Amino acid sequence: MSSRRSRSRHSGASRSISEDQINDLVSKLQQLLPEIRDSRRSDKVSAARVLQETCNYIRSLHREVDDLSERLSELLANSDTNQAALIRSLLTQ
Amino acid sequence: MRSIKIKFAYRFLRSLNNLNRRRRITDGESITTRRRRYHMVKTAAYASMASAVGSKRAWSRALLSKIRNNRRNYKIRRESSSSSSSVVVKVKKPIIQNPSKAEELEKLVPGGETMDFCSLLDETAHYIKCLTSQVQIMRSIVQFYESSSSSNDQRY
Repeated sequence: MSSRRSRSRHSGASRSISEDQINDLVSKLQQLLPEIRDSRRSDKVSAARVLQETCNYIRSLHREVDDLSERLSELLANSDTNQAALIRSLLTQ
Repeated sequence: MRSIKIKFAYRFLRSLNNLNRRRRITDGESITTRRRRYHMVKTAAYASMASAVGSKRAWSRALLSKIRNNRRNYKIRRESSSSSSSVVVKVKKPIIQNPSKAEELEKLVPGGETMDFCSLLDETAHYIKCLTSQVQIMRSIVQFYESSSSSNDQRY
């Protein structure tokens, strides 16, 4: 609708990157973020918001990997697991 | 993404297996060995994902070389803890739009500091997809271990 002018005050070094290309990438990114994936009422989420949510989401995933590694390293220490059964259960997911 | 998931699961389980085998040799269970095991599991998870993706992505290349460097530095530190010659390679920052948010993102995506804004966005999308799968698989492995260790009594 309203074609907002890009802030052209930035130095011209990044001219080759088109605005469309960036918008496209940002909206792709938005699809991956559970927080703002289904923001229906306002189609347009600002790029800054998408970047912020992206950072938050990556951080939360990193924390989850930390937590799961911690639990796995504990479980690993106290159990002998049938790996064949484990692989089977992963593949049938 | 499914084939990457399977590759990741396979690689990760193999390294967990190796970790487990190595554990048998050392018998002490001090806090430091537990910390180390945690770090090894975590590194194994990230390394397995990066190698499942392969070298076609900038983030996976950056992650793999970072892990390799850390491993080398660790060895060097162990072999000669007296010498303090660590080489710090500073990479020049490219010009980007939306500086503050992009800088934050650069630090979170492996190799992000050396990417231009467009590839940063592209690599970030791929990185998020892979991280999500990584978390999913790790979660199901944890679930599996937990359920199998609770049902061990019935099995034997």
